[in-house]
Amino acid sequence: MALLEVNDLKTYFRTDDGIVKAVDGVSFQVEKGQTLGIVGESGCGKSVTCLTIMGLNAKRNTITSGNALFRGEDLLTMNSRRLREIRGDDVAMIFQDPMTSLNPVHTIGRQLTEAVLLHRDVTKSQARARAVELLKAVGIPRADRRIDDYPHQFSGGMRQRVMIAMALVNDPDLLIADEPTTALDVTTQAQILELMNRLQREFGSAIIIITHDLGVVAETADDVVVMYAARIAEQGTVDEIFKRPHHPYTWGLLGSLPRLDTDTERLVQIPGQPPSLLNPPRGCRFHPRCPYVMNVCKQEEPELKQVTGDHDHLQRCWLDEQTKDREAAKLLHASMAEATS
Amino acid sequence: MSDDLLVVEDLEKHFPVTRGIIFQKQVASVQAVDGVSFTVKPGETLGVVGESGCGKSTMARCIMRLLDPTGGKVIFDGRDITNLSRAQMRPIRREMMMIFQDPYASLNARKRVGFIVAEALEVHKLGTDAEVKRRVQELLEVVGLNPEHYNRFPHEFSGGQRQRIGVARALAVNPKLIVCDEPVSALDVSVQAQILNLLKDLQQDFGLTYVFIAHDLNVVRHISDRVMVMYLGKVAELAERDKLYAAPKHPYTGALLSAVPIPNPEMGRQRKPVVLEGDVPSPINPPSACRFHPRCPRFHEGHCDVEEPPLYSFSNGHVAACHYPLERWPLTAEEFRKAQSGPTGAKATAEAEA
Ligand SMILES: Nc1ncnc2c1ncn2[C@@H]1O[C@H](COP(=O)(O)OP(=O)(O)OP(=O)(O)O)[C@@H](O)[C@H]1O
Ligand SMILES: Nc1ncnc2c1ncn2[C@@H]1O[C@H](COP(=O)(O)OP(=O)(O)OP(=O)(O)O)[C@@H](O)[C@H]1O
Ligand SMILES: [Mg+2]
Ligand SMILES: [Mg+2]
Repeated sequence: MALLEVNDLKTYFRTDDGIVKAVDGVSFQVEKGQTLGIVGESGCGKSVTCLTIMGLNAKRNTITSGNALFRGEDLLTMNSRRLREIRGDDVAMIFQDPMTSLNPVHTIGRQLTEAVLLHRDVTKSQARARAVELLKAVGIPRADRRIDDYPHQFSGGMRQRVMIAMALVNDPDLLIADEPTTALDVTTQAQILELMNRLQREFGSAIIIITHDLGVVAETADDVVVMYAARIAEQGTVDEIFKRPHHPYTWGLLGSLPRLDTDTERLVQIPGQPPSLLNPPRGCRFHPRCPYVMNVCKQEEPELKQVTGDHDHLQRCWLDEQTKDREAAKLLHASMAEATS
Repeated sequence: MSDDLLVVEDLEKHFPVTRGIIFQKQVASVQAVDGVSFTVKPGETLGVVGESGCGKSTMARCIMRLLDPTGGKVIFDGRDITNLSRAQMRPIRREMMMIFQDPYASLNARKRVGFIVAEALEVHKLGTDAEVKRRVQELLEVVGLNPEHYNRFPHEFSGGQRQRIGVARALAVNPKLIVCDEPVSALDVSVQAQILNLLKDLQQDFGLTYVFIAHDLNVVRHISDRVMVMYLGKVAELAERDKLYAAPKHPYTGALLSAVPIPNPEMGRQRKPVVLEGDVPSPINPPSACRFHPRCPRFHEGHCDVEEPPLYSFSNGHVAACHYPLERWPLTAEEFRKAQSGPTGAKATAEAEA
């Protein structure tokens, strides 16, 4: 049994203008000790997927269906007492917006100590010691002194590290990290990724990491889910996704990277606007922006199908495999040329 | 008078650290920015990188006069704005805009997005209601948002969408200078490409000038003409973009460049970053002399911890504050640790900049 199994998850929001289908039928699994990377366009539903799993969407205006089984227990339907027990202890989340998830009127120390006390039977001073220890681990200098600061006295990246410390307080079995290192410089980022890696090695924790940094995905994830417009466009092992991507959106992503070797004045961008989730395009959701669009793409949405020869690799595109393999090879060639230059 | 659009001279911002509840006593200070100088020409992009907490945002806020510097000068368009009053700053505010790092915290949660973007225009009385609305919708589209987003509240957006609202707001008044604090960090690479292309187009068409703070070294390389590397409130290195990436001088710059993840699973796993040892220093009590010395692989006792390195200059305009600069790039880990040019060598090849 997988540690976390998400089946046909849907999250819809009622707004003044209609229903926003923010997540529309997403399924994936995460095994103990494994890292799943989720990538995809800004606004495609990555954060909402995770917030829904954690039961953190505002109840009002939200319609949820599907299930999210954590060790076989459905997180979406369990009672709120049980959910609170699990949350912050067995499952923890690092939020994308550190400032909104920290309470501005309480010191960093108070917030961290409370997180420890909530799930552990320790004294106040033990909890505080644990808090200092974690702040040190995420690289906050003079942690013993800065623990009494308020969030606004920390830099953007330091707040993000406080959030990370908060999530690691109880050595969770599943860590959901939403853009955990975007506000961090590359050396601090390396330190944080190592910390997450250690959590995994020591406790066999599973990690879901959402990030826009394809370099981070390549270096940390075992499996990758590529989302587009509230759905999964492609998923597979990290090697498959980077070496043999089978969806034009994934090609677009890999092709938009600023490259260290080329002095292009303009970056390649996927043409057109991100789709509306109020009225998603008919047929394949990517078709209005897809350079390979065919007639069938405009009519009928492709299913998430296995790629021949690899039952872990799923993709949602009408193109024939030959074309896909050819395009994937071209991309790989370009990226190899870059990395070896 | 120079032809620079922005001149920052010896900028300093220290925050007091206080103890006590009723009688607040200052016990120390956070030296967030400590003597930073640089210039930016019209139409130029200066990239700024550096460790988290090294003072980039504080510097940006001082330039914008959202914080009052505790020392130094900010000269914008030939005018010293360091001590201008609020009222005197008002007309200047629409010539310099800022894109904030924390998109959510900088947007008013109770206002609809259309209003938030329009606000910048209205504050400066630019146009009738209908004109304003049209311009706002144009701006939203330009940053890749749908017209359907016009009536939504900030919490109804994803992280990257909020960041784009910040970009739209900064562009609203056609400023001369935009200080961008992590403007694309929350965006996927394709939308990021769209925003970066847009910023470049605007620069070409209207001669916009950018100070561009970011952690993504590939992005900085793409957008910048020159790049400044900061470490703990000070300038570590400043150079033309290509010089900095091809021949970094400061060991901290070297460590940064070696830590960039590679979007290729096989090569990424083989990558060997220079590991910075030791604790991250605190700006409350910064290390003596060279602030990088406790973590520097090239540290020379009795020199780096005693004498603060000035900004030695190398080839035209390339400066770095290091007594033992890197000889070439890339270096093996071994070479990285073994500084070749001694203290006299470094001084002989580079004259200190005043
Ligand atoms: N409360 C809400 N009401 C209406 N729409 C919402 C709400 N919350 C999110 N959305 C919409 O749902 C979609 C998915 O949002 P989500 O935050 O999951 O995106 P994301 O993939 O995490 O993007 P990013 O990479 O920019 O963080 C977005 O288009 C967003 O505008
Ligand atoms: N209001 C304040 N009071 C006290 N200290 C502050 C305050 N604002 C910032 N600081 C401190 O000043 C230092 C520099 O902060 P700043 O936000 O400029 O860093 P930064 O370089 O932008 O970092 P990041 O990359 O993480 O955003 C940090 O140590 C921070 O804690
Ligand atoms: Mg998100
Ligand atoms: Mg900052």
